[in-house]
Formats: sequence, C-alpha cells, structure tokens
Amino acid sequence: MPDPLLSVDDLHVSFRRGAVPAVRGVSYHVDQGEFLGIVGESGSGKSVSSLAVMGLLPASAQITGSIRLGGKELLGLSDRRMSALRGSDVAMVFQDPLSALTPVFTIGRQIAEALTLHDRRLSAHAARTRAEELLRLVGLPTPARQLDRFPHELSGGMRQRVMIAMAIANDPKLIIADEPTTALDVTIQAQILDLLQKAREVTGAAVVLITHDLGVVAGNADRVAVMYAGRIVEEAPVHDLFASPVMPYTVGLLRSMPTLGAHRGARLVPLVGRPPAPGSLDAGCPFAPRCPAAEDRCRTSEPPLALVPEVGHAAACVRASEIASGQLPRGEVFPVPEAAEHVERVSAEPPVLEVSDLRRTYPLIKGRFLRQRAGTVKAVDGVSFTVRAGTTLGLVGESGCGKTTTVQQVLELAGAESGTIRVTGLNTADLSKTQRLSLRKDVQVVFQDPMAALDPRMTVADIVAEPLTVHGISPDEIERRVLAALADVGLDPSHADRYPHEFSGGQRQRIGIARALVVHPKLLVLDEPVSALDVSVQAGVINLLSDLQEQRGLSYLFVAHDLAVMRHVADDLAVMYLGRVVEHGPADALFNDPRHPYTRALLSAVPVPDPTAEARRERILLQGDLPSPLDEITGCRFAARCPLKPLLSAAQQTRCASEDPGQRSVAGRQVACHHAEQTHQLGDAAVVA
Amino acid sequence: MIGFVLRRFVNYVLLSAFATALGYVLASLTLNPAARFLGRNPPIPQASIDASLRQVGADPGVPVLTRLWDWSLHLLTTGSLGISARGTEVTADILAKAGTSLRLLVIGTVLGAVLGVAVGVWGAVRQYRLVDKVTGYGSFVVLATPTFVVAVLLMIGATQFNNAVGSQVITFTGEYSAGITGSTWDLLKDRLVHLLLPTITLTIFAVASYSRYQRSAMLDVLSADFIRTARAKGRGRASALIQHGVRVALIPMSTFFAYSFGLILTGASVTELVFSWNGMGQYLIDSISNNDINASAGTILFTSVLVLISGTLADVLYAALDPRVRI
Repeated sequence: MPDPLLSVDDLHVSFRRGAVPAVRGVSYHVDQGEFLGIVGESGSGKSVSSLAVMGLLPASAQITGSIRLGGKELLGLSDRRMSALRGSDVAMVFQDPLSALTPVFTIGRQIAEALTLHDRRLSAHAARTRAEELLRLVGLPTPARQLDRFPHELSGGMRQRVMIAMAIANDPKLIIADEPTTALDVTIQAQILDLLQKAREVTGAAVVLITHDLGVVAGNADRVAVMYAGRIVEEAPVHDLFASPVMPYTVGLLRSMPTLGAHRGARLVPLVGRPPAPGSLDAGCPFAPRCPAAEDRCRTSEPPLALVPEVGHAAACVRASEIASGQLPRGEVFPVPEAAEHVERVSAEPPVLEVSDLRRTYPLIKGRFLRQRAGTVKAVDGVSFTVRAGTTLGLVGESGCGKTTTVQQVLELAGAESGTIRVTGLNTADLSKTQRLSLRKDVQVVFQDPMAALDPRMTVADIVAEPLTVHGISPDEIERRVLAALADVGLDPSHADRYPHEFSGGQRQRIGIARALVVHPKLLVLDEPVSALDVSVQAGVINLLSDLQEQRGLSYLFVAHDLAVMRHVADDLAVMYLGRVVEHGPADALFNDPRHPYTRALLSAVPVPDPTAEARRERILLQGDLPSPLDEITGCRFAARCPLKPLLSAAQQTRCASEDPGQRSVAGRQVACHHAEQTHQLGDAAVVA
Repeated sequence: MIGFVLRRFVNYVLLSAFATALGYVLASLTLNPAARFLGRNPPIPQASIDASLRQVGADPGVPVLTRLWDWSLHLLTTGSLGISARGTEVTADILAKAGTSLRLLVIGTVLGAVLGVAVGVWGAVRQYRLVDKVTGYGSFVVLATPTFVVAVLLMIGATQFNNAVGSQVITFTGEYSAGITGSTWDLLKDRLVHLLLPTITLTIFAVASYSRYQRSAMLDVLSADFIRTARAKGRGRASALIQHGVRVALIPMSTFFAYSFGLILTGASVTELVFSWNGMGQYLIDSISNNDINASAGTILFTSVLVLISGTLADVLYAALDPRVRI
C-alpha cells in the first residue's frame, strides 16, 4: 500500500496554555486523490485540526503530535518553509468568500499573487493570462473582464469560485475546504460542490471537506470522519457510515436531520443538551451526557477510536459491538418524542394573513460622492400569498429574492407601497394607531440569530416580559405569564433571572420564542429560526414549534432557505424568485410534484444525507446567479437561468422571453410559468423518496 | 465627477463664508482695537483714535453687522482683508506667513504620518510585547507633555551638543541666521539646520497620536479572514500583514490624516513661538493680543479654507484607498 498523502497522528491542539484543549488526539490519513469529509458541529475541533495542517493556527496554540505530508513532517517547520508549501502543495478554501478576499485588491491581482508567490520568474503578463485561464476553468463568465473587478462587485458564488481558482492555481496535492458552501444558497452550493469535484479531477488533488452538513458529505466524500468534542468518534467509507453508523452520536445526528424524503409533521429526533465547550470536559465519554444509551462505564473513561469488527470501520464507543450487531437496534437508541395531541380545529376561520400583489421598491443611490439615483431596486414585485389559520406557510427562496423585505412589510403593519396586506382580515393600511398597537399583539416575530436578537444586558424574565409592558399589563400578571411562557418553551422558569449569554444557542432561540408567545399572538413570523443552530439542536426547536402550533392553533409564516426543514414544518409553500412568488400551493403537492422549473431546480439542489440516493439522483444545476433586481426584465424573470427553456420549441421560448407569466392554477397550486405542464421533461430528479 | 466637485465647492464656499462672518462678528465683539491707544502718555486725542479705528474699519459707532457688510464687500471686490493694526495689508501678511508655516509643517506632518503608521503597525503586530509597551507608554508620555516642554528640552539638548562639539552645529532660532551670506547651498543648508528642531518637535507629537490610531486600526485587521487567505496562498506572516493588512488598515486613517493636516497648519502656534518662526500660528496669537479684528477674521477665513480643502482631500484619499466607495 502506498504511503498516504497526508497522515495526521495523535494531533493535540490547545489554547491558553493547555486550559482549552480544542483537538484531543486526532489521527487520520488522506490518500492521493481521495475525498475525505470531516463532519462536526461548532466546537468539535474540525476547523482547528485543519488549520493545524495548514500551519495557520495563532502562535498561542500549543500543537503536539505529527502531521506528515508526502512523508515529510510539517509540525515544527519554520513559517518560511511552511509558506513555501502553503498554496503550492496544500491549498485552502474558506467559508465566507467575502471576508476571505482582500477588499482593496482586484481579484486578478489576488490570483496572480498566488501564482507569483511560488514562481518568482513568472512575468506579470503570464500571471495575468494564467489567472484568466483559471477563472475560465472555475466557470466565471467573461473572465478577462472579471480580472479587474473587486471582490465586492462579485456575488457570493462567484467569490467562492475565485477562492477555488486561487486554491488550484499551483496544482496542489491537497485542497482543504472549510465549510465552503455554508454561506451560500442551495443552488449556488450545488454549483460550488460540483466545481470542487471538477477541481479535484483537473488537479488530481485530494480534498478534505469540512462541514456540519451530512448531506453535503453524502454526495461528495469517499470517506467520512465524524468529530465530536475534539476527537474523531467514527470513521468510515461514506456508504458504511450512512448505512451502519455505530457511534450513538452519528446515529443521533443522522436521525435529527430534517430530510426532504420525510412527510409533513414527521417527528425529528432531537439530541438533548449541547456539545460540550472545550475546556469543560468531564472524565468519560464526552457524548455520555447526551447519550440515551450511556451506561456507568461511559462516565468513567473515554473510549478510544477502535475498529468495530461487525461493521469493519472504526468508532469510539464502548457499546459499539452491541449497536453494530443489532443487539441494541439503532432505532431504539434515541426515543422518538411523542407528538403533541392533535386537536382538530375549525378550518373555516378566515386566513390569518393575506398578502396580495405586494410591491416594495427602493431607490438605488450610487456613489459616495455623486449620490445619484442609479435605478430602482424592485425588492418585492407583486407578491401574493395566504396563511390559513392554524397552518404553516413556508416562504422559501435564495438570498436576494425578497423574502426579508416581504416579512418586514408584513411586520410593519402599515400600508404597503402598493398592494394590500390583511392581518386577521383587517387591512393594515386602514388601521388607527390604537388598532395597530392591539394588532401587534397578534403578530409576533422570532429572528434568525438568537444571540443578536436578545439584549445581552437584560435578564431572560425582562426580555420575555417586554412585549407585555408595552400593552400595559399588571406586574403580577406579567410575572405569571412570563413564567408560563418559559415553561411552555421547555425552559426552567427558575432560570428567569439569568442573562442570555448563560444559555446555549438552542435555549436562546427558545427564549426568543417565549418572548413572541407571551402576548398570545395568532400569527408568528419565523425568520430563519433554526438556521443559526447546530444540527443536533435544530430538531428540538422544530419539534417545539410543531407542538406549540398543535396546542395553540398558531399560524406560522416560516421563512427559511433550508428546504429539508420546510418539508417537516410547512403545510403550504410559497417559492420566491426575484421579488415574485413563482409557485404557491400545498407543500405536499409542491414537494412531490414541483411544477415551476425553479422549484424543481431548488429541490434537486438540496443535498440528501444518503449516499445511495445522492448517487442516483440527477441534479438540475442552474447556470449563473440570481439576476440583479435592478434589471428591467421583459418576459419571464427566470428565463435566463431556466433549465426547461432550452427543451422547449422556438415558439414557446419566444413566449418566455416576451410575455411575463402571471400566476395560474395548475394541478392544485398557483404557478407563474407558461409551460408548467411540461416541467416533467426535466425528469423526476427532484423527487427523492 | 465634475458635477460633484462643483457642487461640493459651492457648498464649501458657503461654509467658509459663514465661518468667516461668524469669526468677524466674534472678533468685533470681543476684541477692543481702541485698547492700544489708551493709557498712553501723552494721551492720544479721541479724534485721532477714531480716525485710526475708522481706517481699519473698526469704528465703534458703526453697528457690527454694517462693519461686517463693509468688510465682506471690500474682500469680494478687492480681495483685501483690510489693514492690520500695524498698518500692513492682512492678505499680504497671511500669504507670507502661510509660506513659512507650510515649509515647517509639510515636512513635520508627512514625516509624522509615515513614522506614526510604521510605529502603529509595529506595535499592533507585536501586541503586548516589549515594542508595543514601549511605544504605547512613550506615546502617552509625549501626549501628556506640553509642546513647549518638549521644544525647550530639545533646545537644551542641542545646546549641550553644540558645546560638546565646540561649534554652533545646530541653530534653532528663527528661520535662518540673521545676515547670512554665501552660495545658494550655504543658504539652503542654513535653513535646513533651522528646520531641524521644530520639525522634530512636530514629528514627535504627530507620531505619538498617529501611532495610537494606526495601532487600533491594524489590530482590527490582524485577525481578518483575508490575511489568513494570503497566508494560505503562501505569504509569510510579516509579508501578508504588510501587503494586505496595512493597506486596509490605512482606510480609516485617511480621514484623520487629511483633517489633522488642515488643523495643524494653525495649530502649531506654540512650536512657532518657541522657535521664533514668523508663521501663521504666531500671527494668530499676535493678532489676538494686538486686538486686531481684521487679522483675526482673516486667519479664521484661512483656517476654514484649509479645513475644507482637507475635507475634499479626505474624500479623495478614501476613495483612492477603498474601491468599495468609488462610483
């Protein structure tokens, strides 16, 4: 067997003089041209261990163990020697491509820099020509023109392509990609993952993909290592890991993930608790406090990563054999939580929210000096949807499609620029000040980032009580309702006098939900409520939201970009594209048989945490980025990227280009496409059982 | 772009006019030009005092706003800021003194900015190390010391150096040695030697304050993702910080540079006084102590024009450094 390209042995990384051990004895190897996925939640040590390979950890980090690249020991090399390897033998792609590119230099200059740093004799002209080639390779349109643009002038997807171009500039042997698609939209994510595979083929490099998303790994990696609390807890070829996970953490993670294949209301299996913070580990298995299968021996010593003969791969669990052999069935490790009792409600109630033909435009002011009106941004351009009482409407779409603007317009409870918004039947444009105040009780919001949305200097009780004080309620009543709200969202009411920073991300989001619930609203606007949370915590919050809806008959306007989450929560779905709703109807209908080509592409872009399904399924890759909302588009606004359009006849294509499709009823939902009946020509790719 | 510059310029003219008018009114209300003539022996007749005051446009019998109107009209039609208390043309005085100040200050400011940035970056890169602590405490000591103390200390040092060497190597009074003759080179050398101590004084203060600002701007950039990217490309730590970091850290500094240059031109009064330079700073102080309304108002006009030029400079500099704000 040839030597592995990269071998990491017993790597330990700690900060603050050993007080915070971030990586505790990690060993793995990467073969030539292999694609290794490293999966873990925040704080698992996955990024730190890869930065150690790059030699990019701060000087304060204490690193021991061994990292060998092509047989050569990297630990202990001088910065000078490491710099010669970085960018030529090992390259790295980072998470946020905006902050990872120097804002003041053109991308051409930044790519050329990667080239000339390792080949001093390369002339400026040759570097530029090669940079242009690289941009063409990574699929940037008109590469010669892009060279002189600055990072802020590119979209997120294009920036990530530039990052990959820089990474492959010197034909590296190893590319480390740290959450390369986390900051991107699904359709762009699919493009970038495709590009990473292409980069690997072109350069023959091995790839280490670090991610929190099992779906991303399933479709791309050859082998997967799962990290938890600074160690690898399970390592297996990708098919084995998904088919026969052994470590209870992996089992739980797989079961807690929302999937497209599920049905509406399927209970997710949450992992209780949260990942331990580095530096506060007790003796024993770090997962034991969250593990329902933990025994006494789990709490005394930490099990090593060892081969489990029954499945042929390594896991770190004392009960590995029991799970592998089926003595302890995987399905029983984590009990499926009971759903709240379903109460049939009268569905004859009027819709809680009706938005029709909503428009919102912003003047675009350009230039720090000239302050000229350079055009009009049509953020929301004719949006209509309905939230039925006691149900959830999922609003999905990629960034820039107008989701947030729509939500803001609804929350303003004021007249819209154009179009009408009716909340519980009342037109918000006709409200008096007192009516508006009382209507505010009916509409509450939960924000995306639970840390940013809670005032760090207020106690939990004060935060939750705040909406009540606005409405003039007596202090005794406030206290009673605050404690009740905390109990409702699964928080200990005795923690009411603590501050937000004392809680975990999932708990903070529960505080946010309690604050929204305390005024007994009818409509809850949930703006990406789980996207900032770790996978294992997400499930608990989603289940909580479903229970609350069942118990109280709440209506949700649920905004998210994660379609798998939507599958679990949405009764109805509205898909937005460039300021419009392109498809709106029952969620089941949309998920099982999407009729708008965009919905179909969006669904097909979602990575599925199942390697077999991933390999089988055809993906519809959308070309390019979302057009600018500044553009004047005649005809269908999706036509430029539409995968269906090239399959149509010339006459049909002309219609797409000239006539703006309005909403029309097709197969039980509203679709804005002239040729919705022909969407099946794109194949059944989108539907994943 | 041209439209912008024009609009900005009109804006600035209005602002300058407003500032100057306010300055004139304030000077007229607080300064008393007649004070110079009082208490003389033999006493000057009231009639000739009034005549002198009327000549400089400071007749107490005329309302201040009327005087302002006359003064402005005179300024607009002839470009003259009036007659100073000494009987000279204020416009000519200011032009002469501005040249002197400029010579002194341009070198001091540029040197101060360059060294200040360097020291700031150095301190940030070596945060909490010895260099950082030394430069940090050093800056605070300098900023807490009055300018004249530093200037006098430098003078003492120079004198001791001269005594030790045994000849007048460093001369520091005035702009040049009185009655010096010789080749152009000798004259230039003489002026440069006279520049030495005041320039050092100005530079020390500029370095002390710029380095503190630059240090904190640089600290923000140190942990930026793009530095990590540059390192991942194969740049060493120092090279990544200098090539990618400093450029970005300079962006917030540009505004500070531009404005402080405008203000330092009139703010170097103490240095000019201590080293007996006939510059703008000294002129401002003299005109106030002479109860000279025209000269004070003229200095205010001069300063406001400088501040506004600096403002434009700041914008242009900002746009030059940061592509994100360009049109």
